[in-house]
Amino acid sequence: MSQVAEQQPTAADAESYDGLRLRNVTKSFAAFTAVDDLDLDVPSGSFIALLGPSGCGKTTTLRMVAGLETPTAGSITLAGQDITYAKPYQRPVNTVFQSYALFPHLDIYENVAFGLRRRKSNEVDASVRDMLELVELTSQARKKPAQLSGGQQQRVALARALINKPEVLLLDEPLGALDLKLRRSMQLEIKRIQTEVGLTFVHVTHDQEEAMTMADTVAVMNAGVIEQMGAPADLYENPQSTFVANFLGQSNLIEGTIRSRAADVVTVDMHGVQVSVPTERCHADSDKGWVGIRPEKVLIGAPGEELDAPGNTIPGGVVTDVSFVGVSTQYLVRMPWGQELAIFQQNTGRHRLFAPGEEVELSWRPEYAFLLDFSQDASAGSQKVDAE
Amino acid sequence: MTTATTTNRKVNYKQGSAAGRWIRHHLVLILGLLVLVYTFVPIFVVVLMSFNDPTSRLIYRFDGFTLHNWLNPCEAEGMCGALSTSVQIGLLATLGSTILGTLIAFALVRHDFVGRSSMNLLIFLPMASPEIVMGSSLLALFVAAGRGGQLGFWTILIAHIMFCISFVVVTVRARLAGLDDNLEQAAMDLYATPQQTFWRVTFPLVFPGILGAALLSFSLSFDDFIITNLNAGNTTTFPMFVWGVAQRGVPMQVNVVGTVMFLVSVLIVVGGEVNSRRRSAKLV
Amino acid sequence: MSETVRKRGSTGYLLLIPGVLWLGLFFVVPLYSLVATSLFDPSGSDTTGYTMTYHWANYSHVISDYWQPLLRSLWYGALATFFCLVLGYVLAYAIAFKAGRWKNLMLVLVIAPFFTSFLVRTLSWKLLLADDGFIVNTLQFVHILGADGRLLATPVAVIAGLTYNFLPFMVLPLYASIDKIDPRLIEASSDLYANPFVGFFKVTWPLSLPGVVSGTLLTFIPAVGDYINAELLGSPNQRMIGSVIQSLFTNANNYPAAAALSVILMALIVVMVLFYVRRAGTEDLL
Repeated sequence: MSQVAEQQPTAADAESYDGLRLRNVTKSFAAFTAVDDLDLDVPSGSFIALLGPSGCGKTTTLRMVAGLETPTAGSITLAGQDITYAKPYQRPVNTVFQSYALFPHLDIYENVAFGLRRRKSNEVDASVRDMLELVELTSQARKKPAQLSGGQQQRVALARALINKPEVLLLDEPLGALDLKLRRSMQLEIKRIQTEVGLTFVHVTHDQEEAMTMADTVAVMNAGVIEQMGAPADLYENPQSTFVANFLGQSNLIEGTIRSRAADVVTVDMHGVQVSVPTERCHADSDKGWVGIRPEKVLIGAPGEELDAPGNTIPGGVVTDVSFVGVSTQYLVRMPWGQELAIFQQNTGRHRLFAPGEEVELSWRPEYAFLLDFSQDASAGSQKVDAE
Repeated sequence: MTTATTTNRKVNYKQGSAAGRWIRHHLVLILGLLVLVYTFVPIFVVVLMSFNDPTSRLIYRFDGFTLHNWLNPCEAEGMCGALSTSVQIGLLATLGSTILGTLIAFALVRHDFVGRSSMNLLIFLPMASPEIVMGSSLLALFVAAGRGGQLGFWTILIAHIMFCISFVVVTVRARLAGLDDNLEQAAMDLYATPQQTFWRVTFPLVFPGILGAALLSFSLSFDDFIITNLNAGNTTTFPMFVWGVAQRGVPMQVNVVGTVMFLVSVLIVVGGEVNSRRRSAKLV
Repeated sequence: MSETVRKRGSTGYLLLIPGVLWLGLFFVVPLYSLVATSLFDPSGSDTTGYTMTYHWANYSHVISDYWQPLLRSLWYGALATFFCLVLGYVLAYAIAFKAGRWKNLMLVLVIAPFFTSFLVRTLSWKLLLADDGFIVNTLQFVHILGADGRLLATPVAVIAGLTYNFLPFMVLPLYASIDKIDPRLIEASSDLYANPFVGFFKVTWPLSLPGVVSGTLLTFIPAVGDYINAELLGSPNQRMIGSVIQSLFTNANNYPAAAALSVILMALIVVMVLFYVRRAGTEDLL
């Protein structure tokens, strides 16, 4: 159960794979396909986040793993055992529900003990006490859920699921109802508990910061499929689609024509300016593409000023908007071809602030740029409508 | 913008006296309380008359104080028999209608079936029909079925279950529909089988609704006169007893029963209220 | 994504069957039986039995004999409903918006008196309105009533009794509707230059209409069919239709006539309710 070996996600054989594995999983509701032919491997002991906008299929995926929905097609295996059609109460998987779903008629102690009692455990009392201690709620044991604060209820929900030592713990937007400050501390708390108990966690969220803070692996979902999956830093630094580039943080995407492909570098003509992109960061097949660069990677300077980025200087920008936000200054710069680019400049004090209307030059180090396929919508994933 | 118009208009920001302002501010509440007092006037009379020492059975007024009526409630001829009939019918009707109505409520909220809208109509109509129509149609049925001579306890019970079902359905359905279905999913997720989920989560949470429906059924059954009177034959329920004595002179014991009914219902309702208030008190 | 999924299959039907059978057998079939009885040959009796002759003349007979109590019932019912609406609205509004922490207590107090027997309460009104009672004496003293004026055995007593007895049927739906209104809407209307009266008629009243519609129906229907108030507080001049039907059944043993009157009453109410609900524009009420 909790004897977690560090297993690589590439483990070959389905029989010997001891993690959670989804293969060709599809879920349709009437005409709407919520999850479309999804493959996913979650190694035992890992903490994975399913990240995506509302309606992307992440919650449906989670509910299929929990057994609360049955897949239309495909299979779900856990430690080599097929659980696709197992009832929720037959599988070693527990869920922390979005609204907690604490039983209002039972006190905290009985809520936490619920799963153990159903399985006729002999050590209910000891386990419940340990668990309440872990989530620091020992003194609240005899209160009803309605008497607890949101953060406390959240911890009860976590304890109630964890106490069963599930093979996989599912968290469905567990922090959505908490205020920002509490959310931050609960993120670290859950992360700490996961490291402590060493269970597999699958966390569903639409909050990219939450996903990146907590999980070792983030899977970005969009329209029923996983767009990209990897460590948070890899996803952020090297997005493979416009959706990931826009949904995870913010990106400037500039239309460009590919001039040459060398072994290590691809050269792109971007409205008359030649820029280069490392080959391993190039995800475009045709001769056109979107050159992507994160706003904080762009350097801004007066015309002719020496910028710490040899080779790729783009002249002719005009500052159209300046927002001073304390840690950084955010500029919008209109480029000669009409597009406005976003630039975040750290307020190190070493640079002067530019005013709207000033002419500037932009530059970035080639190794930070990435190239995306031109067939993708440059605005995909940029409207983050948080529907909580 | 608005200055142009407001300068021409003289606005009188009248304050008025403090007492006047207080009354204006609380006017609606005061009127509401007066209406509430109005609903209690007859109750006051009932309680008062339960201690009345009447000089004549024909003159209905307060003549003097006595505990006699409270100490000898069954002295009123036939009253305790009628009361016991009413309680028996009330309990059986409550049991029957609560079971049947709760089953329907579960089907309506939790199950899919053909004919949902006609089902809703079937539930709504008995609540929207005048009692005299329901009573007379039942009587017409009993007579047509050749049971005209056997009217009594069982025909009353049939009628009472019939008109209570709809109220049970509506009450339980409201409670059930308000139930967060995540709770049942959470129970299933925590290894409860469907049976365990029902008895440990669903039923305890719906139970207050069922209890409320049962209390409502009992009081509807206990208090019904018009339908009962048409289908009672020679059986006498408490309301029928009161109806009978209203023509001949009312024994004061009737008011004792009225007072007890009032006290019991207040105890039940206030008890439930205090209970739920105590539960939520620690919240804030 | 997690809205209630209604289960398919036979369990739903199994749950429905007992209750539906009961309502079918003892509510729907009797209505049919009532219509059939209303067309029987009136020359039979409940001992000799009746024969079905499609005797439509039963209807014209009862209308010509009893149109007065029929109209009177509708009129008294309408008046009582109106008074209930006025009193009930004030009470429901006060509970919803002005009662503060006493809200639940006030709701309990509204319901509590009505758990005491309907008949016993009506009898105590009889005492209150009696000829030498406090109310009549006071009204005579201030010359609202003449020296030999009385309340008992007048339409006033009957309508007052109906209003009193059916008040909770009005208050509860009204309260449910008014309580849902966001008080900020009323603040917004006063911010937008509506005085309290305009604010009430333009905001509160329209938003409480669903409660007004269901409250008036729940009051009007039983009030029209009631005869307890008319019999205990009124005189034969205030006789209502329920009383006629009751005595045609039990005293006169004229089942066809009684059934015909019942059918007419039911039909009148159904037509009025449909018309009213459509006019009020809340068809989703049913």
